[in-house]
Amino acid sequence: MQGLRGNAAMDDIIKRNPIRSLIIAILIAILLWLIFAPWPPELVAKWGRKQIFLNALFGGITLGALYFLVAAGFTLIFGLMRVVNLAHGSLFLLGGYLGYEISTATGSWFLAFPIVFIVVGLLGLLMQRFIFSKMEGEELRQTLVSIGISIVFADLMLWLWGGQSYSILAPNFLQGPMELPIINSVNANTGATNWLRYPAVRVWILIAAIVIGVAMWLVLNRTALGMLIRAGVDDREMLAASGVRIQLVFLVVFGFGAGLAGMAGIIGGTFQSLSPGEDTRFLLASLVVVIVGGMGSIVGAAIGALIIGVTEQMGFVYAPTYSVVFTFLIMAAVLAFRPQGLLGSRR
Amino acid sequence: MAMTDHAPRFENRADRKYWFERIPAPWWALAVVLIGLPVVANNFWLFQVMGWTFILGMIGLSLMFLAGYGGMVSLLQMTIAGVAGYMVAILGSSGTVTVSLGLVWWIVIPAAFLIAALFATISGALAVRTEGIYTIMITLAIAAAFFYFTRQNYTVFNGYSGFNLVLPPQLFGVNWRDPVPFYYLCLALAALSYGAVVYIARSPFGLALQGVRDNPRRMAALGFNVTAHRVAAYALASVFASAGGILLVWQNAQIAPGTIGIPAAIDVLVVAVVGGMRRPLGPFIGAFIYVILQVFSPDILGFFGFSAERFKLIIGLGFLAVVLFSPDGVLGLWDRWRARRQRRDADGAGGAA
Repeated sequence: MQGLRGNAAMDDIIKRNPIRSLIIAILIAILLWLIFAPWPPELVAKWGRKQIFLNALFGGITLGALYFLVAAGFTLIFGLMRVVNLAHGSLFLLGGYLGYEISTATGSWFLAFPIVFIVVGLLGLLMQRFIFSKMEGEELRQTLVSIGISIVFADLMLWLWGGQSYSILAPNFLQGPMELPIINSVNANTGATNWLRYPAVRVWILIAAIVIGVAMWLVLNRTALGMLIRAGVDDREMLAASGVRIQLVFLVVFGFGAGLAGMAGIIGGTFQSLSPGEDTRFLLASLVVVIVGGMGSIVGAAIGALIIGVTEQMGFVYAPTYSVVFTFLIMAAVLAFRPQGLLGSRR
Repeated sequence: MAMTDHAPRFENRADRKYWFERIPAPWWALAVVLIGLPVVANNFWLFQVMGWTFILGMIGLSLMFLAGYGGMVSLLQMTIAGVAGYMVAILGSSGTVTVSLGLVWWIVIPAAFLIAALFATISGALAVRTEGIYTIMITLAIAAAFFYFTRQNYTVFNGYSGFNLVLPPQLFGVNWRDPVPFYYLCLALAALSYGAVVYIARSPFGLALQGVRDNPRRMAALGFNVTAHRVAAYALASVFASAGGILLVWQNAQIAPGTIGIPAAIDVLVVAVVGGMRRPLGPFIGAFIYVILQVFSPDILGFFGFSAERFKLIIGLGFLAVVLFSPDGVLGLWDRWRARRQRRDADGAGGAA
């Protein structure tokens, strides 16, 4: 659980790996230059217009933000309870469908979030209370049960909502593009700068994900509840032995993770669309994110989500046939060289 | 004390019987029924129901081998079957002339097995980097990656539409896709796979693998290479999955990404778990239940006023019930029932009806 502890390890890493840190710093500098500086003509000739690159990059970051919201609950549940909840994707899709119903019925996009969080969170609570807690320690059985639940949910949702795809409409002020303080291109004749325009809703999704991520980090690292959760991740038995009602902590975390997946479903439905099969897609995305980032680490999930999201979008733009392969290669490389994930701890 | 417990077993070895005497009567009966089935059953039963049962059973068997003896629950077996199936379509002949190479069968089939084994070895080597519950996640991710890759790649895998008109070779003048020959082909390969698994489980390698499952550290301390045993198990299991995969392609006469998608991978797991992952017979029983449910679900569901599409719901609920109430599957239920009966008989409390 190094990831949750955060900054203290950072200086240590730089001291231990000066060369690697330098390379990473140079890469970040190049990336920043690519984003902010107007591109010289040679580069445009080679890579295409800067707009394409920026769109892929920001699309990837936004997608990463969405992946993070789904994967954060998954990794937290895994880290604390050792439950691999393969029904997590179903919770995502269910949240999306419910969000669609609520926002079309009430006309309020924002109202959908708290309701979905509570409903899907409650569902998660029930799953933990009546199913997973009954077979604690039997990891394989819990996983199999979660697979069974996901099959049942997938069919129930297909029954209720059919096979067509749904899209949730964002409220008016979130629609349309938004100018970002990033130079898109400079008009050679007039010298006027052309700023990057980007869909507003995606910017807000990114901001929301960052806010939620930071809030989670603060709760985990600065509150009593967070302390209990971190202690539970490190040593569940010891925490239970010291008198904490650990089942309650489990319930809180499971409910929160499920609710977060449900809310991510609304965002996914706004940002892309909802249809049968999206549950598996997001389950797999969170699996890969968590494998890359390290199981049970929130910061790891954020980094993993960013890497996978950006890779996926870049792949779609620059090498459409092989975009999946890049994602997979990253996962394989992490497994080969760091099986516990980038920020995971060795168990 | 422990020594005397084992003593009778050695005495038993003295009065060793012939191998066919050691096979219990129910097995002979089963063999007679299966071999004689074409006399009574129609083509639909032979080709669709039993053929599919054996195919699904073989792929499930490869999972059972890994999970039951190696302790590695892999969701990759359908993908491995798919690799072998795809290779048959790509190297052999199919309706997609632009991609298929049209080589002769005695190159195509061994090559399909080899390539699938290579794929299984490489992904197995990745999967065994981590243990236990992680294996499911990693194999699921690899399976998904391969599925999306076949869907996107048109130069080798012909993308979304895949390959059709993939037919078995006309060997010995027999059309192997006719129901009766196909049934016997499936039966023979399934019986061979079953026998191979039973044999391997008792071989030194199989025993070492079970040792690795139960206590990897101790096996490592005894000088066994834990990782090598696990990877070798993946390679061995790939043979059964490949056989199933090739038969599957011949049965459907086509293969497409949908054949190896995540639902298909989960189905294999369902089949193995429902049947029971402790014994090699389990997957075949699970496959039979699955196929019967799948084939007859329209009638049964229609009877209760549901649409036929709710088949997955039945499968899901059945799977949940098995995992919740009898984690060792249908075979586990049977074992417990028999043990209880034997206990009752031994107590002299009178036999059950």
